[in-house]
Amino acid sequence: MLHTVNKSPFERNSLERCLDYAKKGSAILLIEDGVYGALKGTAVTEKVKKAMKNVTIYALYPDIEARGMQDRAIDGIKLVDYSGFVDLVAEHRNVQSWV
Amino acid sequence: MNETTGGVEMDEEVSGVVKKFLYVNRKAPYGTIYALESLEVVLIAAAFDQDVSLVFMDDGVYQLAKGQHTKSINVKNFSPTYRALEGYDIEKLYVEKESMDARGLTAADLIVPVTMLSTAEMADLMESQDVVLSF
Repeated sequence: MLHTVNKSPFERNSLERCLDYAKKGSAILLIEDGVYGALKGTAVTEKVKKAMKNVTIYALYPDIEARGMQDRAIDGIKLVDYSGFVDLVAEHRNVQSWV
Repeated sequence: MNETTGGVEMDEEVSGVVKKFLYVNRKAPYGTIYALESLEVVLIAAAFDQDVSLVFMDDGVYQLAKGQHTKSINVKNFSPTYRALEGYDIEKLYVEKESMDARGLTAADLIVPVTMLSTAEMADLMESQDVVLSF
């Protein structure tokens, strides 16, 4: 299953709830303000790193770049462009959007 | 002709009043329209020669991040406007230290010089204002 998160982890609990629900082997794509959850050195970094042992986390690079966060992504988070976003949706049987 | 009122005659006592305006910015840029709207209103206030201060706290600190490139999301990059505020005599920019720390940001990561305040100091600043506008 693919999960998408588009809210900042500092403003909503969407990422936290998503991490609770994402089962081993599933994928999480961070988009829009959700990309703030993909960054090193923040109050949520450790929680995200821990989740990466069981799930693959992706972040939409255009959204990271727009926000000036291009050098801050956690190592191991896969950065994708819009066609990568489409591929992820096509590869997974279903999608849960944590709006 | 009075520049600030577009030529309309105003009572000297009314037009001469300068109030302390505080704009509180708590939202990240681009995900919502709040950050851009705040900037528009700040520029309007500047035209009326008021005593303007800007506060950036919570995700609002992300508005000032260096290196924003928005071409790929087809949205205007309005971050250079913060650097132009000085030209409108808006020089009082404050960021909350706790918000910066939670996001792993330092003053060196921001596009403009700011004054860093603690939550308690911010509360005092807020208390001292005549008008507080929140975005």
